[in-house]
Amino acid sequence: MVDALVDFGRIARLWVRASMAYPASFWMLTFGSFVMTGLDFAAILVIFGRVDAIGGFSLGEVAFLYAGTGLGIAFGDFVVGRVERLGSMIRLGRLDTMMTKPVPLLVQVLADEFALRRLARIAQAGAVFAWAATTVDWNLSRVAVTVGMVVCGSLIFCGLFVMLASIQFWTADSAEAANAFTYGGNALTQYPLTVYPSEVVKVLTFVVPIAFVNWYPALYVLGRSDPFGLPGWLQFVSPVAAAVVLAATALVWRTGVRHYRSTGS
Amino acid sequence: MALIEVSHLTRTFRVRGRPAVAAVDDLSFAVEPGEMVGYIGPNGAGKSTTIKMLTGILVPTSGSVRVAGVDPSRKRTQLARRIGVVFGQRTTLWWDLPLRDSFDLLQKIYRTDPARHRHNLEEFVELLALGDLLDTPVRQLSLGQRMRGDITAALLHDPEILYLDEPTIGLDVVSKGRLRDFLRTLNAERGTTLLLTTHDLQDIEALCRRVIVIDHGTAVYDGTLAGLHQQGGSTRTLVVDLVDEAPPISVPGATVRRVEGPRQWLSFPADSSAAPIVGAVVAAYDVADLSVQEPDIEDVIRELYSR
Amino acid sequence: MSPGLYVAIATRSFRRYSTYTAATVAGIFTNSAFGIILSFIYIAVWKASPHAGGYDVADALTYTWLGQAMIMPVAIWNGGTTDEFAERVRTGDIAIDFYRPVPPLGWYLAADLGRATYHLLTRGVAPSIVGALLFDLRGPASLAAAVGFAVAVPLGVTVSFGLRMIVSTTTFWLLDDIGPRTLHACLAMFFCGLTVPLVLLPDGLREVALRLPWASFLQVPSDIWLGKREGWAILGGLGQSAVWIAVLLGVAALLVRGGQRKLVVQGG
Repeated sequence: MVDALVDFGRIARLWVRASMAYPASFWMLTFGSFVMTGLDFAAILVIFGRVDAIGGFSLGEVAFLYAGTGLGIAFGDFVVGRVERLGSMIRLGRLDTMMTKPVPLLVQVLADEFALRRLARIAQAGAVFAWAATTVDWNLSRVAVTVGMVVCGSLIFCGLFVMLASIQFWTADSAEAANAFTYGGNALTQYPLTVYPSEVVKVLTFVVPIAFVNWYPALYVLGRSDPFGLPGWLQFVSPVAAAVVLAATALVWRTGVRHYRSTGS
Repeated sequence: MALIEVSHLTRTFRVRGRPAVAAVDDLSFAVEPGEMVGYIGPNGAGKSTTIKMLTGILVPTSGSVRVAGVDPSRKRTQLARRIGVVFGQRTTLWWDLPLRDSFDLLQKIYRTDPARHRHNLEEFVELLALGDLLDTPVRQLSLGQRMRGDITAALLHDPEILYLDEPTIGLDVVSKGRLRDFLRTLNAERGTTLLLTTHDLQDIEALCRRVIVIDHGTAVYDGTLAGLHQQGGSTRTLVVDLVDEAPPISVPGATVRRVEGPRQWLSFPADSSAAPIVGAVVAAYDVADLSVQEPDIEDVIRELYSR
Repeated sequence: MSPGLYVAIATRSFRRYSTYTAATVAGIFTNSAFGIILSFIYIAVWKASPHAGGYDVADALTYTWLGQAMIMPVAIWNGGTTDEFAERVRTGDIAIDFYRPVPPLGWYLAADLGRATYHLLTRGVAPSIVGALLFDLRGPASLAAAVGFAVAVPLGVTVSFGLRMIVSTTTFWLLDDIGPRTLHACLAMFFCGLTVPLVLLPDGLREVALRLPWASFLQVPSDIWLGKREGWAILGGLGQSAVWIAVLLGVAALLVRGGQRKLVVQGG
């Protein structure tokens, strides 16, 4: 396990050095990435120019929600984002090449063409978080739950990215459908879930546990009771949701690899 | 126990709507350490599929594979440290980065002793003339240069076995010759076991004492190269362009296979020299031009099958 | 250089893109998902401010689904024929394009319109049906609105082509246009109204945004469809798009010629 992480670091570092060979391009892309991810928050600011609350939540509270899911997907994309290129790697025969090396396959896939510029997304979400944090009434337990929120949110997004990218072991053409869950999941959690019907929220809690990325922990940190009347202990079980997602991810990924090793390319 | 043991190995593929195809069908052979084995067959015979199962990329449908006592599909990463693989048609190097960076990374990944890595690198760089290319991104290398880079990459960690999957494909004659020399030296000096798939008979002639011929997924021959020519009854062809049309040429040691106007095709056993036959033809007929054609692997196999 | 030739180019392009069925279906799914998410968000926004930006909630929802329909035709991110153009400049194959009987700009524009037609008919229409089934959307406000919309859409695609082509020509000088492409995508996403409807922008910014080329992608066609532009205002909107087309294609043509000259000087 440690070996795998070390090898991930070594391969990733190589790609980072390569991208730094073209600093102008690197910084332009990083800046572009920062602005692009910031557009969603610009939308929130524009909307709050017209209203005082959405779904019963104020700007500071929505910003907190936005930052929570933003950091989650940003860390997720930073670590595992490259897995979205799986189909292309298979098509180019890179997967076979990777399997001749003494490094676990997933590690090589994630480290391949590691893009440091993805830090921009983390920075952008972090900036919003820093501002939103000033509107929160902090105490020790709220800090703990917030840390848990970001960690578990990141793990959930990591899991979703890898799980959905595994579809590309079977078909690379339909890869875009995954975006509906990953980037769609991020988009819908940027706003308070009170804008959605309660059936949808229940699905997002018990079926595709996206709501644990930010909503439930945020209810606790923002000192609000569950608007749908769902039990309060949901606000503390993000780690369970993350564990479930990661377990499912491991299963799907392994099945995908098994399928690949039975059919070749 | 042999270094590589393949026993009743089968790999079937199901293509949508069609019955399952056995790319490899009840294949069995063993390879001892230090051997240089040629693995030949026509396109689609199952060569690459076999290599993929030997390296753990593909899982067999049935039968067993043991490399260095280990099942490659179960212990892929563990076995990877002891083998090197060169794919003819794609590179194992990191495309956008200079050769040197790929080699450095490989030393770290394979945990090769740095001194040993440096020693190997110096030796291969010199033998394969890579000195000027170390700082070139792989993407800018020619096919021959990239192949030399790939071979170096495959050998830096002192693997016991080197698999080469169609390594000379697309290379010019000179590069092919150099590559064959290098592989011969490698086997002689380091005792590296070589398994080479190809459908270029010249590769086999130059490198391998032992040949396994695979066709439609099964081994139709497993033995020495000389034996192959004998058993396959393979023939070379002398193509004679006479000045004028004539009835079929009659010379000892050769049979006329085909006549088209002034051109005639004579076949004679592959292991005998063309010289006496050429001499006899030229002495007895008015010859405008002639050439010798080498036996095609397809011809050899066809002969084998027709037995 | 007959019009028939351009139609042939567009048709062939349409057919080429129509072979990607699995990707199209996946895309329809994704567009529909985002349409649904945005619809709920805007329902909540308009509940809090029922006449924001002069729209009511039905206007806002219709706008949202029109937006999802337009994403692929205007190829905000990538997917337009200008990507191919940039790639061919990178590899040097572009030299062949300069020998064609059709000037490259015309060629790629015709191909892009063919592509946009395919995307509109599939990833435009299908999600719209999903949206119409799930939410209360508005049809075109009048016959004039329907006709005006039908004209506004290809004009919008052409404006987007002009912008994308300008960005792609930077490949002649920069080797890789990914930087300019990203920056343009940021501007386009915001100023075409996909990030947030332009009508919600604060007054000063809104007035400027409505005059920019990106307004032709979605805001102008939507305003025609929704009846926010009526009578002469419809022609005004179409005219604005036409002006931008002239300007952008003119600049693009200059840049292409400059790039061609550079290639010749370099030795191809």
